[in-house]
Amino acid sequence: MDAIIIQILNGLDKGSAYALIALGLTLIFGTLGVVNFAHGALFMIGAFCAVTMQKLLTLSTQTIDPEKVDFLGKPLVVDTPYVVNWFGPETGAAIIDWAVPLAILLAIPVMILIGFVMERGLIKHFYKRAHADQILVTFGLAIVLQEIIKYFYGANPIPSPAPAVFRGSLDFGVWIGFEANQIIYPYWRLVYFAFSAVIIGGVFAFLQFTTFGMVVRAGMADRETVGILGIDIDKRFTLMFGLAAAVAGVAGVMYVPILSPNYNMGMDFLVLSFVVVVVGGMGSLPGAVLAGFLLGILQSFASMNEIKSLIPGIDQIIIYLVAIIILLTRPRGLMGRKGVMEG
Amino acid sequence: MLKLDRKDTLLLVIVALMTLAAPIILNPFPTGSALAQFNAGYPDLMQRFVIYGIFAIGFNILFGLTGYLSFGHAAFLGVGSYSAVWMFKLLSMNVLPAIVFSVIIAGLFAVVIGYVSLRRSGIYFSILTLAFAQMSFNMAYSVLTPITNGETGLQLTLNDPRILDGARAATGLPVTNLFGFEMRSTAHLDIAGWGFDFSVGYYLSAVIMLLAFYLSMRIFRSPFGLMLRAIKSNQNRLSYTGLNARPYTLAAFVISGMYAGLAGGLLAAMDPLAGAERMQWTASGEVVLMTILGGAGTLIGPVLGAGFIKYFENIFSKINDSILHQWFSFMPDGIEDFLVTLVHPFIGKGWHLTLGLLFMAVVIFLPGGLVEGGQRIGRLFRRNKAGDTASPATTPAE
Repeated sequence: MDAIIIQILNGLDKGSAYALIALGLTLIFGTLGVVNFAHGALFMIGAFCAVTMQKLLTLSTQTIDPEKVDFLGKPLVVDTPYVVNWFGPETGAAIIDWAVPLAILLAIPVMILIGFVMERGLIKHFYKRAHADQILVTFGLAIVLQEIIKYFYGANPIPSPAPAVFRGSLDFGVWIGFEANQIIYPYWRLVYFAFSAVIIGGVFAFLQFTTFGMVVRAGMADRETVGILGIDIDKRFTLMFGLAAAVAGVAGVMYVPILSPNYNMGMDFLVLSFVVVVVGGMGSLPGAVLAGFLLGILQSFASMNEIKSLIPGIDQIIIYLVAIIILLTRPRGLMGRKGVMEG
Repeated sequence: MLKLDRKDTLLLVIVALMTLAAPIILNPFPTGSALAQFNAGYPDLMQRFVIYGIFAIGFNILFGLTGYLSFGHAAFLGVGSYSAVWMFKLLSMNVLPAIVFSVIIAGLFAVVIGYVSLRRSGIYFSILTLAFAQMSFNMAYSVLTPITNGETGLQLTLNDPRILDGARAATGLPVTNLFGFEMRSTAHLDIAGWGFDFSVGYYLSAVIMLLAFYLSMRIFRSPFGLMLRAIKSNQNRLSYTGLNARPYTLAAFVISGMYAGLAGGLLAAMDPLAGAERMQWTASGEVVLMTILGGAGTLIGPVLGAGFIKYFENIFSKINDSILHQWFSFMPDGIEDFLVTLVHPFIGKGWHLTLGLLFMAVVIFLPGGLVEGGQRIGRLFRRNKAGDTASPATTPAE
């Protein structure tokens, strides 16, 4: 029993990341009808926003402390971050400690801007062209974005820790009546799960309860009619592209403490997220979220030792296997609507 | 000749001459000169030209003719490499059985994957093939380690059985050969400062590439090829006429998988080791790039694209800042430094950045690839000429 709960919990954080990326992919696909192979790169850029924030906050002035000496007997050079100078030692240290969550503030405008530029500058010209062309051009863009990041940040993973408060683990088992130390779950993963739940809820609420969201949903269902009614649907769809980019970006920011970002992490997540979208059903937002969590949990179950000894290597291929089975038996995906991209 | 019409025969002859004379054509600069770094006439690189040419020709039979965009073709390349190395380990260092075996295995693999993936078309097909390739890649790293040797890659060892070669006393690792001609043996020729290398491995690959090219030509011109084009232009209409498209697409898929296996087998024959990274999806992306860049659906396009990408990959990776400084040294110092910093991100390790930009540019502005570019330029000249001779007559009829 406790093993099962552990696996479900372990699956949640990965599932959250899949769900967030797949949500963005589906938003773009549902509104603009574009298959965006560069979405993983957006996730990766988000993660590097966190790295940048960390670097910005620890920008330091060098002062010479005449009272102390280093081991060579010279006066000690002390690095003091600007934030410490500005806000005093305690607040300053706290701000640096919270660099990763604070990076969301940086990531949202950056990602919306990138999404905007991408849509207006590139994707716009590909609405009328074949899906293969869309895949190819966004694939090229993904390579370019990835290489730009590699040029500035190098090829090695850059670790950025979570705030100190969340660094420990939660003894989840005692809450639900198990012995101590049986079910242990890192705090940050819990934070990530809660965070993604908030974001997903936010996106759904935005689409469901605002006039803007209503128009977007109408546009997803029948773009032409909405246009005939005198609504500039293109402008709203551009905004939705920015929103999808921002969702992928913040998903990347918060994932940094779980997985140190490197320049090709986006590609790994992209392939899996596509599988998630396909399993959930192309164009279905609830399907994407459901399939994200489902596949995340499934993957963590498959990596249990008991199951691995039964079917060796199953943890590596389970997601693809499920996707293949789903595509062959139910091409619409779990929650796909009839007639949407049935190939 | 060879059941081809005149235009195709001419193309085949030109390609054949170019390939066979490649060691000379690709070495236009004397050995010692400053431009010698642009020479591409050494065996290793030329082998890669023709082998990836085969890979791209095969991919083009699927993508260019049927329009099915596979994102998992590298899996067949990897499977081909693994099977070839296993043949070297178990049977003989002769490359012939290894290559035949790799084509067969890749073909079988393609039948299985194709049978499943081709039930869907469009992006679903791309994602399915991608999923299969990723699955093979992951399995090569984990479960299949006894067969693939995991991260180290499959290599020859001294105590492999090698049944047919058993009589020969092995001192050190044996080399791949074709009935005694060693793949790596090279004849070097010096003519007044120019050096040319004629390698057995290259010529074997080149001959196989020519055969592969001829075969693809025949497929393009056959009723079968016409059927594949019909699938690309409108599959619905095809099925309304009562024809089932799936056997044709499956055949195309398997043929292109066998081409990829052949390329993989040749790669292993030139250098007998195989690693899982050959199956990674970036490798699948690369063959898509080659085909698109050259011109999908054209005969010569994939070969051009493969050569273009492999050549510039090699050249760009070699250029470094000091070479750039040499080039721009005629400029004033400030501008020189500025230019060097400007170009720096695109060279050396930044080759992939250049590749990505190039790829985007091709998809955006020149969807037909280099071949279409050539045609456009050709048409421009022809129009100019026509305009010169008969300019008054070109007024529109309406």
